[in-house]
Amino acid sequence: MFPSRFRYEAPHSLDEAIALLSEGGDDAKVLAGGQSLVPMMKLRFASPALLVDINNLPGLAYHREGADGTLRIGALCRHADLEFSELLKGTQPTMAAAAPLVADPLVRNRGTLVGSLCHGDPQGDWASVMLALGGSVIAAGPRGRRSIPLSEFVTGPFQNTLEHDEIAVEAVVPKATGTRAGGYLKLERRVGDFATVGVAVAIETSGANVTRAGIALTGVGGSTIGATDAAAALAGQPLTAETIAEAAGLAAAAAQPRTDHRGTAEYKRHLVRVFVTRILGSSLPADAAAADTAAADTERAA
Amino acid sequence: MTLVYDDLGDEAKPDVPVRKIRFTINGKKKVAEIEPRLLLADLIRRGVGLTGTHRGCDTTNCGACTVLVDGAAIKSCTMLAVQVDGREVTTVEGLASASELHPLQEGFRQEHGLQCGFCTPGMMLAAKALLDRNPDPTEEDVRWALSGNLCRCTGYQNIVKSVLWAAEKLRAEG
Amino acid sequence: MTTTADESRALDEIKIGGLGSSRKRVEDDRFIRGKGNYTDDIVLPGMLHMEILRSPLPHARIKSIDASRAWALPGVHLVLTGETMATRNLAWMPTLSYDTQAVLATDKVRFQGQEVACVIADDPYIAKDACELIEVDYEPLPPVVNPWQGLAEDAPIIRDDKTGQDSNVIYHWEVGDKTGTDRAFEQADVVSKLELHYPRSHPSPIECCGSVADFNRATSKLTVYMTTQAPHIIRAAVAMVAELPEHMIRIVSPDIGGGFGNKVPVYPGYVCSILASILLERPVKWIEDKTGNLISTGFARDIYLKGEMALRKDGKILGVRMHTDADHGAFFSDAQPSKFKIGLMHSAFAAYDIPAAHLTARGVYTNKAPGGVAYRCSFRVTEAMFFQERMVQAAADDLGLDQAAFRRMNFVRDDDFPHRTPFGFLTDSGQYAKCLDVGLKAIDYENFRKEQAEARKNGRLLGLGISTMTEPLGAGNSREYDILGIKMFDSADLKVHMTGKAILRTGAKSQGQGHETTWAQIVAHELGIPADDVVVEEGDTDTAPFGMGTYASRSTPVAGAAVAMVSRKIRAKARKLAAHLLEVSEEDIEWELGRFYVRSAPARGVSIQECAMAAYSNMPDGMEPGLENTAYYDPPNLTWPFAVYIVTVEVDPETGVWDVLRMVAVDDCGVRINPMIVEGQIMGGLTEAYAMASMQFITFDAEGNCVGSNYMDYLLPSAWETPGYELHSEVVTPCPHHPIGAKGIGECAAVGGPAAFVNAVMDALGGTGVRNIDMPVLPDRVWEALTYRRDVSGAPPIRQD
Repeated sequence: MFPSRFRYEAPHSLDEAIALLSEGGDDAKVLAGGQSLVPMMKLRFASPALLVDINNLPGLAYHREGADGTLRIGALCRHADLEFSELLKGTQPTMAAAAPLVADPLVRNRGTLVGSLCHGDPQGDWASVMLALGGSVIAAGPRGRRSIPLSEFVTGPFQNTLEHDEIAVEAVVPKATGTRAGGYLKLERRVGDFATVGVAVAIETSGANVTRAGIALTGVGGSTIGATDAAAALAGQPLTAETIAEAAGLAAAAAQPRTDHRGTAEYKRHLVRVFVTRILGSSLPADAAAADTAAADTERAA
Repeated sequence: MTLVYDDLGDEAKPDVPVRKIRFTINGKKKVAEIEPRLLLADLIRRGVGLTGTHRGCDTTNCGACTVLVDGAAIKSCTMLAVQVDGREVTTVEGLASASELHPLQEGFRQEHGLQCGFCTPGMMLAAKALLDRNPDPTEEDVRWALSGNLCRCTGYQNIVKSVLWAAEKLRAEG
Repeated sequence: MTTTADESRALDEIKIGGLGSSRKRVEDDRFIRGKGNYTDDIVLPGMLHMEILRSPLPHARIKSIDASRAWALPGVHLVLTGETMATRNLAWMPTLSYDTQAVLATDKVRFQGQEVACVIADDPYIAKDACELIEVDYEPLPPVVNPWQGLAEDAPIIRDDKTGQDSNVIYHWEVGDKTGTDRAFEQADVVSKLELHYPRSHPSPIECCGSVADFNRATSKLTVYMTTQAPHIIRAAVAMVAELPEHMIRIVSPDIGGGFGNKVPVYPGYVCSILASILLERPVKWIEDKTGNLISTGFARDIYLKGEMALRKDGKILGVRMHTDADHGAFFSDAQPSKFKIGLMHSAFAAYDIPAAHLTARGVYTNKAPGGVAYRCSFRVTEAMFFQERMVQAAADDLGLDQAAFRRMNFVRDDDFPHRTPFGFLTDSGQYAKCLDVGLKAIDYENFRKEQAEARKNGRLLGLGISTMTEPLGAGNSREYDILGIKMFDSADLKVHMTGKAILRTGAKSQGQGHETTWAQIVAHELGIPADDVVVEEGDTDTAPFGMGTYASRSTPVAGAAVAMVSRKIRAKARKLAAHLLEVSEEDIEWELGRFYVRSAPARGVSIQECAMAAYSNMPDGMEPGLENTAYYDPPNLTWPFAVYIVTVEVDPETGVWDVLRMVAVDDCGVRINPMIVEGQIMGGLTEAYAMASMQFITFDAEGNCVGSNYMDYLLPSAWETPGYELHSEVVTPCPHHPIGAKGIGECAAVGGPAAFVNAVMDALGGTGVRNIDMPVLPDRVWEALTYRRDVSGAPPIRQD
């Protein structure tokens, strides 16, 4: 119920924050939204000796389209900012579909997308979305900045490739070359529940063909799963019932679900197939109007 | 101010880090000297002595602890008290003005939006954040905005009616 | 003889807040301002804080406990273990079911989460730190997570602390007419069978349990502020357990953030906080966390049914046979007042006219928290009615009969009351068929069936579920009910002041039901004193008359009756005062709401307020001054409200997710004191029914770990998932034996509701051969049932890779 004792610093500059992390070593953690970290500390599953609160760092609470056409999300951009973002609704269907499904409205007021990526929870929604979009994380440290693709960022449950003295300052979604389509579907038994299964699909089309595809899975493995075979099968293809079925089957095969109190492995694998089919089905060019609403569909028990 | 506590001897004194913060709560400026691990909910309840904000669960689910920090509805059990340094906190005790109740409070009474009252402060503050953003919500909007606040008594139907009552009153007041 | 219309000065009952007025709630004033006074809000000078260390293992021998590092932590005042409790004979305490329960574990821990030690410190954070420093050496033992494991040949004996306990069986019990029932089954054209598990659930009010115990050495008085629905029962229990004299114990139940039966039992935390306060001579506050509440306090249900119905092919039910196995956890501590081991399980089928029935029941110990009868259930009545309506559904299907027609054909008829059920209960009144008519019309039954058939052609699965039941509320008459030997009457104490304002205290204890609002309405009805002029208090054993508390929907039936009775006593005295003031004899006095008048000269009258003033200033010779009285009400019988719940759903066959389309509730609970509050109770109950039916349960894995001990796993629906409700109150059948004709209502929807949801999903799956999916009817279970065309059980242990 209550965290154990720790040292707390609230720096006002990025350099200061990095210096504190260097000093703190492995036992220091960054505090942004705190909606994953603080609950863990309250249950004493995490007991960092030093907490570096970055909420006072200036100029990180943004999400915007860069001049180069990328979408850039700052470390202090909250889930709620993304949920109500007109920019996302207009240009990023997969992200727009996922944002309202993260946790609950109150948690969304504090939690951050970048923080969620760093936390590396296999149940995290944004990791799947960013993986499907081919996104990356910008890390800042004493040795300067570097870009880490999502596919390399999370290495296991609650583990990422940041050095102990690096802070993730931004997430980047690459510029689209075609027309974006896609969505995010999640089966949760109620708002705020962890996903039984979550599926992110992000495609770009040019004419009738898919020029780029990304499919990633939440909650069906030790960490977020990139269904790369499924995505590859779509590239260069038109979206038809057959190509969708093939991709859905490959995505289901890529899942590594476990039987637990949310359902059998078989059920979860089946849901992957269903969700990929539904998202791609709603992205079919013939149903362009329906696709806008369907891609934002939420999938919840009752 | 005088503070007296047990003298346990110098050897027994633990190395307890304490931080000084300044914050505003319901319009009143406060200073506090607190451990970093103190949760905001406990600062409000035990430090400031405002017990209208309630602790319900231990996993950031129930929302009984909801307050507004700089106008945003957040779960005060999942924020460290030190994080409100320089910020404004609004609790249920800050809803009413000196002379009258906030329309949300009136709405909950009019529409029987509470029974045991334990979730009510959190509900009202989450609702206030909704109405600040969207003064004319649909029933669906209300249910969505309150989906982080749990209630066991009412079945939510009257809570929704209470919020819609308040929305209408606020719009009428202009 | 009454006054003529133009002479009547009777007050408008609705205007003064009498019966039938949807008066706004008095309680709201403080709650909407955040000025409630819940147990955790109480701060006493010098108060310390207690935290409990719980067992991580479900079944293990305790080899040693080393608390030295905890003692050494600055800010720690006391550490209690089972050993220290034992020196004061407090390591074990008696339960309300004549078993014993550990306060702090001594020899073994018998469920995950069991209390092992507690720390009292300056601050709750320090107390928690200190708990972490206590080292317990456990020797794990094999865990028992369901009754079948407990009954196996090689099962470990969980209660090896009890001499003579050579198995895990707690009791065998039976009721009913075995011979008659067996004959009915021999004569049956069709026998319908059903087996299912009603999963372990938990009332889980948002506010957890807690106490502030304050022993004052100077006065020798112990005051305990605590979350209790039954303060007088607690006082009696504390007197017994702590061996303190009853008059030196004061239990104060302040505002309670929801009870639902969770706040009836005596928990180890209370006992430890009391002992700590006695030892330290300072107030000690214990507030549990949600995990403690879910993993260790009074749970509900966890019972298995084997049911059979003997049917004639035209649809008449000839007989019912039920066998239930109850999983009671590690201690038999049901807080239920009947003399029946399985509580009121045999109230099942009370709504139907069935000639013969037989029930056998068995209780088993397992490595889980103790309890079993909490949660808006009237002592196993929730289980009874769920089993009933699931069996009725299956029977109608087996006969190929319409669900509504089958029920209607077997209902007890309106003119058949009082009606003796096959298990021996006496139901009081009802208009069952009329309620069903209202419900079917509201849901547009015929059209829905057409819609359902059409939808099926397009692969869409719609379903409709009905649940109809009458249940016994208002425990209970003294012949059959008691708690620790104390009879289950209730009480009201009314003092009318000289200006006609009044204070009313009862032995009940509201946890959100609005007694401060509704009891005043009864006084307004009986005495014509405006409800706003009556302040209501409950919960302090020093001031409240002795009562048995609020649970099992007993307050309106019993305490409410006492309020009516005491008001009538006051009115009887006021009549004498009126006669004195009007200078006529009592026989010449008539009453209309708020006023006594002379029969032959109706314009001559006195108000009740004038009578009150006279009671202090102008009494007739020989009359004691004052206008105060107390009434104790021993109910002659239980009250039997009736309900029809109808739910329509759509099931997504690909994912198993189901959505509620509509939910109609028809509740006949007799006279409604405050319609607004009654509807609030119904909606709350329906939500808990929906929760249990769709997502909410506690289960265990094969190692005995509890799944559902926090809100991440124990799922309560939010405003987003919860459906809307259409409530109907057209049918009002007063209770013939209740002073104001009211029946209980608080629990009906939680009792009858779950079956409506489950039956709806089963109906949507009609034609697949699936007879049962255990609650909660989760999406993965629905999908499994649909895909493999088989029943799905939810019994523990859960399947895991």
